Amino acid sequence: MKPRLITLMAAALISAPLAVHAQQPAKKAAPPAKAAAPGKSAITEEFEKFREVLEEDNPAELFEAKGEDIWKNRKGPDGGSMAQCDLGLGAGVVKGAYVRMPRYFADVGGVMDAERRVVHCMVKYLGYQEADILRQPFSNDRVTPDHVSVITYVAGQSRNLKIAAPKKHPKEIAAYEIGREIFAYRAGPYDFSCATCHGDDGKRIRTQDLPNLRKPDQAIRAYQGWPGYRMTGGFMLTQQWRMNDCFRQQRFPEPTYLSDSVTALLAYMTVTANGQVYKGPGIKR
Amino acid sequence: MNDMNKTIVFIAAALASSAALADEIRNYRAEAVAMMKRDFKTRGGAAADRVHEDGLQAVCNRTSDNPPKALAERLEKDQLEGIKYPADGKLLGDWKEGEKIAQSGRGMTWTDPAGVPGGGNCYNCHQIGPQETSFGTLGPSLYQYGKLRGNSPEIQKYTYGKIWNAKAFNLCSAMPRFGHAGALTEQQVRHLVALLLDPASPVNSK
Repeated sequence: MKPRLITLMAAALISAPLAVHAQQPAKKAAPPAKAAAPGKSAITEEFEKFREVLEEDNPAELFEAKGEDIWKNRKGPDGGSMAQCDLGLGAGVVKGAYVRMPRYFADVGGVMDAERRVVHCMVKYLGYQEADILRQPFSNDRVTPDHVSVITYVAGQSRNLKIAAPKKHPKEIAAYEIGREIFAYRAGPYDFSCATCHGDDGKRIRTQDLPNLRKPDQAIRAYQGWPGYRMTGGFMLTQQWRMNDCFRQQRFPEPTYLSDSVTALLAYMTVTANGQVYKGPGIKR
Repeated sequence: MNDMNKTIVFIAAALASSAALADEIRNYRAEAVAMMKRDFKTRGGAAADRVHEDGLQAVCNRTSDNPPKALAERLEKDQLEGIKYPADGKLLGDWKEGEKIAQSGRGMTWTDPAGVPGGGNCYNCHQIGPQETSFGTLGPSLYQYGKLRGNSPEIQKYTYGKIWNAKAFNLCSAMPRFGHAGALTEQQVRHLVALLLDPASPVNSK
């Protein structure tokens, strides 16, 4: 293990949230509000710079290490292990699997995204209870569920690889097409769809730049940096969490964790981002 | 085969293939809607039935926000007729209260507490007052809104109506129907009208 990782782990044991905040160059991270101007906002630019520095020592590595330990060493009640888990490239193969999902899996007869597949395997081989996972699908400042760490490990094993989600099997094509419909579907009290905020170039909410997720070069922005280490709070959040929070702000009801709808939406967005390079687990505000 | 028969065969084939094509398009949309109805659950104040599109949403969804003009005009008229104006006829509130409402992005998510008045979310999408530089660009700038339009009863009525139900003026507008949806109260909408139209509001300062 790298020395800087050990240092980080020690710091995290004392106080995960504070360890990161302490490194935050306050002057840099808080530009005067007046600096915000149309175009790429000053706050966004400052944050991008700050993120580059932090990613040298991304605390996400802590969760990758924990996930790796579970993947390699944990045994289920029947002696099962994640070596039996096929992420699409063969049993136990992790390298490059994350950027090749969502995909069709013959053993379940359907399309699964990376997060869903990892949970499927942890239930099947390690004896995790699906009900427990559905009760606490996402991290908070008290708990990071094991499956989040395993997903972070799996994602880290696709660092610097090109996204290549397949769209060949009829069910992969259907997931993509259904996802495209969900993306454009306006409903709820605000009449919002995903496309209301993510269907045009060069728009902002407040100072937050909004990617047009229908375009390949911008679709990567919904993928990049997830799973992400959230600095406010100090815990890992996954791409499914991000979709969940988008629906919350869209004023929709809540999608069930690991549901077909979110898988379809991820299939549409990931296929759109195909060919772009994934940089691995990241850091989020 | 004579020409007439050829024509009939051609028309039949064309109908069959366009029906097949329409089927396929309708399928993905219908599957998506059925899937969402299955997967989305009530949480807090966000009830599961919110994924059921209403009539207007269905028209906009099915036409990619470009409904035929005649249909759009008819439905806009329906929306217009549903706008509830204050019984006392007073449309101008307090612009200072309006600024607070414009700043707030709260309201109607599953994490918003029930019974607490929501915000207008205005700055999320619009430039409004000159002091606030953190504004979105999804909607047009409203800076100088009243200075450009004046403060006549007609403009007041239009502005109140636009905030209450933007779809009465542009059927598939991206802007929520704040009054229609119960996201803002009559009093809140009045304050927002004042923010935009009151000559004393910073929106209209030189």
